[in-house]
Amino acid sequence: MTDMTNAAAPAAAPKSSLLQQDARTRRRNAAETRFKAYGIAAIAVGLVMLAILLVTIVGRGTGAFTQTFITLEVALPADTLDKKGNRDPEEMKKVSTFGYKPLLAQAFEAKIAATGGLDSDLDPKKMAGILSDSAPAQLRDFVLADPSVLDRTVAFEFLASSRVDGYMKGRVSRDSIAQDKNISVEQLDFVDKLIAEGSLEKRFNLDFITGSDASDARPEAAGMGVSMVGSFFMMLVVLTLALPIGVAASIYLEEFAPKNWITDVIEVNISNLAAVPSIVFGILGLAVFINYMHLPNSAPLVGGLVLTLMTLPTIIISTRASLKSVPPSIRDAALGVGASKMQSVFHHVLPLAAPGILTGTIIGLAQALGETAPLLLIGMVGFIASNPPDSIASGLLDPNSAMPAQIYEWAKRADPAFYERAWGGIIILLVFLVTMNTIAVLLRRRFERRW
Amino acid sequence: MSFTKFAASALAMAAVSATAAAARDQVQIAGSSTVLPYASIVAEAFGENFDFPTPVVESGGSSAGLKRFCEGVGENTIDIANASRAIRENEIKACAENGVTDIIEVRIGYDGIVFASQQGGPAFTAFEPAQWYMAMAAEMPVDGTMIANPNTNWSQIDSALPDAPIMAFIPGTKHGTREVFEEKVILQGCEDSGAMQAMLDMGMDEDAAEGACMAVRTDGLAVDIDGDYTETLARIESNTNGVGVFGLAFYENNTDKLKVSTMGGVVPSTETISTGEYPVSRPLYFYIKKAHIGVIPGLKDFAEFFVADEIAGPDGPLSDYGLVADPALADTQDIVADETVIGGGA
Repeated sequence: MTDMTNAAAPAAAPKSSLLQQDARTRRRNAAETRFKAYGIAAIAVGLVMLAILLVTIVGRGTGAFTQTFITLEVALPADTLDKKGNRDPEEMKKVSTFGYKPLLAQAFEAKIAATGGLDSDLDPKKMAGILSDSAPAQLRDFVLADPSVLDRTVAFEFLASSRVDGYMKGRVSRDSIAQDKNISVEQLDFVDKLIAEGSLEKRFNLDFITGSDASDARPEAAGMGVSMVGSFFMMLVVLTLALPIGVAASIYLEEFAPKNWITDVIEVNISNLAAVPSIVFGILGLAVFINYMHLPNSAPLVGGLVLTLMTLPTIIISTRASLKSVPPSIRDAALGVGASKMQSVFHHVLPLAAPGILTGTIIGLAQALGETAPLLLIGMVGFIASNPPDSIASGLLDPNSAMPAQIYEWAKRADPAFYERAWGGIIILLVFLVTMNTIAVLLRRRFERRW
Repeated sequence: MSFTKFAASALAMAAVSATAAAARDQVQIAGSSTVLPYASIVAEAFGENFDFPTPVVESGGSSAGLKRFCEGVGENTIDIANASRAIRENEIKACAENGVTDIIEVRIGYDGIVFASQQGGPAFTAFEPAQWYMAMAAEMPVDGTMIANPNTNWSQIDSALPDAPIMAFIPGTKHGTREVFEEKVILQGCEDSGAMQAMLDMGMDEDAAEGACMAVRTDGLAVDIDGDYTETLARIESNTNGVGVFGLAFYENNTDKLKVSTMGGVVPSTETISTGEYPVSRPLYFYIKKAHIGVIPGLKDFAEFFVADEIAGPDGPLSDYGLVADPALADTQDIVADETVIGGGA
């Protein structure tokens, strides 16, 4: 019996200790428990927000990676496309895309005559209206590239207009277009017939990733590719300028510079520069690079120079931190065996600090990659539908946009189809940022040394 | 790797680029965000049909565009400024001071301004300018004195209007659209409602009365939108009672979300605007720097292409997008062909 009472007594006692806690200790412990709960709640809120963000972005953006295509056989009559009949592309250029447009309506007429079940009271011009505005240009480019195709009938895959694409993606319905003059219910009926016949389908669209921007009249043809190239050239400029300048400046400040009030002032100002809003660098870039140095507007070179100014403080600060973390014993040992100061820095300190420097640089580049504000002022935000550049010089100097600028541009256009593409663009940009940050983390994991 | 060599090569690269910058081969355009979609449609078609590169079109607003336009002559200044209003006298003067003397004014067509609300919101289906004046004015004359606008609900103004609190999203002052809104709706409404006459009777002179008419309330019931129409749309979507001011083309792309109301009993459409029945419309322009014609390749070809019948005519792509074609387009084509500058002479 006594055993049993003894066994039951500890169960009722406090969990951790036999000590009777006084009220003050209990309050302190309660405060600690509460603080932990707040912390967990804060993390939970953060995770929920992240989840909402990701679900929203993926949910709204994935649609941009698929597109509706229509397969159509188009006859290319030589008598209208090559009036002189000499198959000279220079002569044939005189027929503009407006001259090619009627061919599409004729192609639909021919298709209906050839296949059963497609009968429609729709005017052939309205039928051609379900195609993208880019279709005539596609025909013209095809014919000019190889005039020998004239007088033949060729099967083309055209993009469908943004409204038809929206119908396929569930964004557009027969109810929602009641007031819409861009598409009619009859056209959607015709689209249904084409789906049944098998010449209209929705599939993956590589052009969204590789293509260039398109005007407001044809959102279905717009892509991120050229602005991606623009971002790439800007990052190239940032890397080739900011890394050497930043590293040289930090090595001098950290290893060679005398400690006096001048270096103190420089140090404080580098930290201040890191906190300057990026738009300020944009204004500086406009004033110095474009108005004073007469570099061209909208050029990735200028964008890269502006972003270099913005990234420099980040690189200098992280480089100095990683130089500082190399223990003095390394330097002393090098100097002790007779190395010069410069040899000790370049042979011993710098290699040991390199992982930290690279991490800082990649983080700085990722920050620069997502920056829009300074680009607004140097003309990189707007309708810039240039073709992919053919050389490094043209990549640096020809007008181009950047990924975040392209997303901003799409988000403010009228057609809801552009809104979807803005979300799709965000997915591409996020993939880049996550990749860059992962590389930075991996580098740090792989090479980091602790003393 | 030597950092000195690396840095030196980077600097050399920048220097080479700077000299190469001397030759610009594409047309550069900036200005009104209303004209931007039209200009980009034309720029795209121009790039497709000509051997010249696709022009670059930036937005930023009519005033900002004209300011950049007037910065001077040279390859690092823009060639064309888009504007949703005519150039002002002081802007022409500022241009002349910087050496931009010969400016060609090109009117491309007309743009309608519509009043729209959420599709599922209160029945805002018909407005009169006078009702907008009564809703928007900062102060209005009552019994011979100016009092702060007492109206907070549309039904207070007119019992025919729905019983909904006033919440209007109007273009901010940096937009050219604001000017049209003030002149064609608020000022017109001020005159229609008799408030103008009442103010003149109170002894105000005409300028002061007009100023008082166009002063918009600042108590939060009228919200200035400095961004684009997409921002106005977002505000309307989150506010059932909101009424917003949009361009016709923007409304026509978002008919599933927006419900348009008539103004003075007329439904806005390209037809009613081209006949002049719908009262709130304004011409759209672009301005060409004549000194750049012949220097920047393709500049004149672009301008001629812009106003060609197949582009800016009633059946062209601009009209499909929502521009109201200019009945006097042929005259505009002559202006571009002859390079007629503002103030006469070729």
